[in-house]
Amino acid sequence: MILIHCPYCDEKRPEIEFANAGQAHIARPLDPAGQSDADWEAYLFIRANPRGRHHERWRHVHGCGRFFNAVRDTVTDKFETTYKAGEPRR
Amino acid sequence: MSGFRLETGGRIDRSQPVTFSFDGKAYQGFAGDTLASALLANGVMLFGRSFKYHRPRGLVAAGSEEPNALISVHRGPGRFTPNLRATGVEIHNGLKAFSQNRWPSLAMDFGAINDRLGMFFPAGFYNKTFMWPRSFWDRVYEPAIRKMAGLGDAPTAEDPDVYASTYAHCDLLIIGAGPAGIDAALGAMDSNKRIVLIDEQDELGGGALADPALWPWLERSVKALTEATNVTILTRTTAFGFYHDNFIGAVQRLTDHLPNVTDTPREKLWRIRAGEVVLAQGAIERPLVFDGNDTPGVMLSSAARVFANRYGVAVGKALTLMASHDSGWHDVFALAKAGVGISAIIDVRKSVDSALLHAAERLGIKVYLNHGVVGVNGRHNVSSVEICDYSDQRVHRINCDALLMAGGWTPSVHLWSHSKGSLKWRDDLGAYVPDVPNENVRCIGGCFGDWDFGTGAVIDVLPTPKDQSRIKAFVDYQNDVTAKDIKLAVREGFRSIEHIKRYTTNGMATDQGKTSNLNGLQIASSALNKPVPDIGLTSFRPPYTPQTFGALAGHAKGALFQPTRTTNIDSWAQAHGAVFELVAQWRRARYFPKAGEDMHAAVNRECVAVRSSVGIFDASTLGKIEVVGPDAAEFLNRMYTNPWKALEPGRCRYGLLLKEDGFITDDGVSARLAPDRFHLTTTTGGAARVLNMMEDYLQTEWPDLDVWLTSTTEQYAVIALQGPNARKVLEPLVEGIDLSAEAFPHMAIREGTICGIETRLFRVSFTGELGFEINVPTAYGRFIWERLMAQGAQYDITAYGTEAMHVLRAEKGFIIVGQDTDGTVTPFDAGLDWAVGKKKPDFVGKRSMARPDIVAPGRKQLVGLLTDDPNVVLEEGAQIVAYPNQPIPMTMIGHVTSSYWSETLGRSIAMALVAGGHDMMGDTLYIPMPGKTHTAKVSGTVFYDLEGARLHV
Repeated sequence: MILIHCPYCDEKRPEIEFANAGQAHIARPLDPAGQSDADWEAYLFIRANPRGRHHERWRHVHGCGRFFNAVRDTVTDKFETTYKAGEPRR
Repeated sequence: MSGFRLETGGRIDRSQPVTFSFDGKAYQGFAGDTLASALLANGVMLFGRSFKYHRPRGLVAAGSEEPNALISVHRGPGRFTPNLRATGVEIHNGLKAFSQNRWPSLAMDFGAINDRLGMFFPAGFYNKTFMWPRSFWDRVYEPAIRKMAGLGDAPTAEDPDVYASTYAHCDLLIIGAGPAGIDAALGAMDSNKRIVLIDEQDELGGGALADPALWPWLERSVKALTEATNVTILTRTTAFGFYHDNFIGAVQRLTDHLPNVTDTPREKLWRIRAGEVVLAQGAIERPLVFDGNDTPGVMLSSAARVFANRYGVAVGKALTLMASHDSGWHDVFALAKAGVGISAIIDVRKSVDSALLHAAERLGIKVYLNHGVVGVNGRHNVSSVEICDYSDQRVHRINCDALLMAGGWTPSVHLWSHSKGSLKWRDDLGAYVPDVPNENVRCIGGCFGDWDFGTGAVIDVLPTPKDQSRIKAFVDYQNDVTAKDIKLAVREGFRSIEHIKRYTTNGMATDQGKTSNLNGLQIASSALNKPVPDIGLTSFRPPYTPQTFGALAGHAKGALFQPTRTTNIDSWAQAHGAVFELVAQWRRARYFPKAGEDMHAAVNRECVAVRSSVGIFDASTLGKIEVVGPDAAEFLNRMYTNPWKALEPGRCRYGLLLKEDGFITDDGVSARLAPDRFHLTTTTGGAARVLNMMEDYLQTEWPDLDVWLTSTTEQYAVIALQGPNARKVLEPLVEGIDLSAEAFPHMAIREGTICGIETRLFRVSFTGELGFEINVPTAYGRFIWERLMAQGAQYDITAYGTEAMHVLRAEKGFIIVGQDTDGTVTPFDAGLDWAVGKKKPDFVGKRSMARPDIVAPGRKQLVGLLTDDPNVVLEEGAQIVAYPNQPIPMTMIGHVTSSYWSETLGRSIAMALVAGGHDMMGDTLYIPMPGKTHTAKVSGTVFYDLEGARLHV
């Protein structure tokens, strides 16, 4: 069972306390109505599937409840880092 | 009859005889014996029949790598365990063990005919032969093959045993308590580290248990470790898996070695998080591959040494060794010292260390260098072996009653590999050893390839002058895979070891190839003419040895499989004979049958009561979220499809929630209590999902909004009081709220008290009748419920369940999200476009409502269906077609989502999702069912009180 560092609690906790919330750094467009169908499709559905470093969101759902971002290696399943929502991409 | 108990020696307690049975026959052993050693001491060499050919099989090993001697143990009704290794079963008085995969008996097995037909069963035989006709596979071939090929029977009764589980944390976890593991523990003992030392056997020592010279050291060491307060010792505990971040799963066997213990947990699952892991799992001796190497009496030389020195059992009276490695020589010398007769040493090598030759000479043992075994005589036990002089290919016979194999050693890198540590090939060992770790773990001793057993030659199959196609030289004993099978796989074009493994099933049995993987690799390597590292290595996966489902499940079975959520009113429903159903994790009353009523009658009565007088319903399971803060209205305005900012305090609104893709995900009526406070309700099953979604938007998209979300689902008991007499029942009990229609209209909320308890009183309706939903603090739920029942008695108040609730709401065309929608339904599809704020610039899902696929014609839309025969209640999920006489497969244009008998209307009603349904009003559609095709007319979804007059009274 992976240990995940919650950047809000500043503790490593077992993965069963967390829920994955998909790819990170996909901001909801400020003006959805102004988006073309193609842009909106990309926002809704198109996601990366990298082999290696992957930026993803997690929620410490059975802990502090906060959403945060993480860089995880999809090959080794190792977390490289975790950081608070709103902080720049690492 | 070959094995026997030695006069002296071993760690067994000869003062404590133990009586047990095998295949119904009574035997005697001693405390400290395993089933294997005790049966051997009684001369039993035949332990089972092989998987595919039903060949007679005996012991190969003395430890958990044993591939052949799989047995079943009966411990009484429901307590049946198949496929245990006899080498790991400790005997106790009354133990009942049975052999497997034989009929009618172990010694005379009908299935052994397969062995004579063996030439017809090469690798891939089943795949190639039983291809046609396809329909025969499930009905004829597979059942027959399963009956013939197999291991123990699967238990059929429910397991009555209890299994415990626990978490543990330590600084240092040492897995394996042989000399290396014990040394590591002793070395770390004086630090302040919390140490856990685990071993799968009943006592610490590992290989040292078979070396009497080490026993004084072992005794001192075990005493020191036992006395150390920072060392936890777990014996009979198998570390079966190494998971991320030094998380180790282990199962401790607590009672199987004791007679008649059923009142304490049988096994305990340990989940251990360790700072550092030291793997000291040792190495497993490798069999040699030659014709007849599976005959009972052919076993690993180290096993014979364990049986003699640890258990005081000789595996035979005249033992012959077939070696390619020095370790076998040392074993044989130790056996001779223990009083076991040795007839010869055969070594495939041309020369060996002169010290070995001198030692053999001193003991008077005949030595044959540059020789190999090319045949084994005897069916149920070895009687003699044929050996070949490789210098002149001459074959002669040696009489013996056991043949020991010393083919070198394979480090036990299983857990290392679970942890994703890399391996490197060592040509000198002919084995993979640990290389670069992926966790904070290191390997020591035998599993690192670090041993003092001497050296050996690495070979695949012993050379033989015999016709290769006529010999049976086994590689994987448990799955009956021979060297020939692996060569055939290569000839048929398999190149990767992963493919060769799956085609031949080499290494895929319950022992995961502990004794066969490396031999299989060597043979494939020779056949492909490629070095072993170039053809790869198959993956090791947990569990290291088979574990019980009971231990893994622990307490999570039956009623404890998952939590059952109950409301405060649940006990009343239970006491009043409710029939329950599970809705998400909630236990809800489905209906309340009176004496003699079936569900249909009860639901009809409950529905009529609501329409004609008053019904009462436990709605406590509704999800509830308190939304508080200066930006609460703005937040809800962005989340829901309809406008919220203008909603006045004291009023309610039906809220429709979409996902960003434009599809309905939840709905519910919500109330504004104050400018900065809302009481939201969600569907019963959607509460957690909706809160998560709202938190997501609030935290990550709109962190500037000052809003707080709190789940209040379990804070309130909710009682729905519905029907024309609802107000009359409620009025005498409520204080501080004017219940009149003018003061308290439909879709409003008031705060006051009921029976002295503070309440949030909603005037809402999911039935189409005058209705109230009474929210009180959860602990008062049943109290208020009973007061309402008493007050309503004069109106014949009727408790109704979820089934009647479904009928009542369907009569009004109210949808259930998840039943009438399926995650691809938009507000327009569901006929809920009235709930979408047209003037709002944005809300979650708005942009998607203009997506090309969503504005395209032909989408499935929610409509009503009225069957032409009013007595036909369609099946929910039934498919709908436009024309009944189409060729099959017909074009299905939709399906029935809700369907009920409406006692109020005296006919059936249904809702359905139908492609283009909104434009089909009055059309006839067809619902083909077995034996009959039903017809129905498309209608609106509201079947009762179309103008809603009954709500506003």
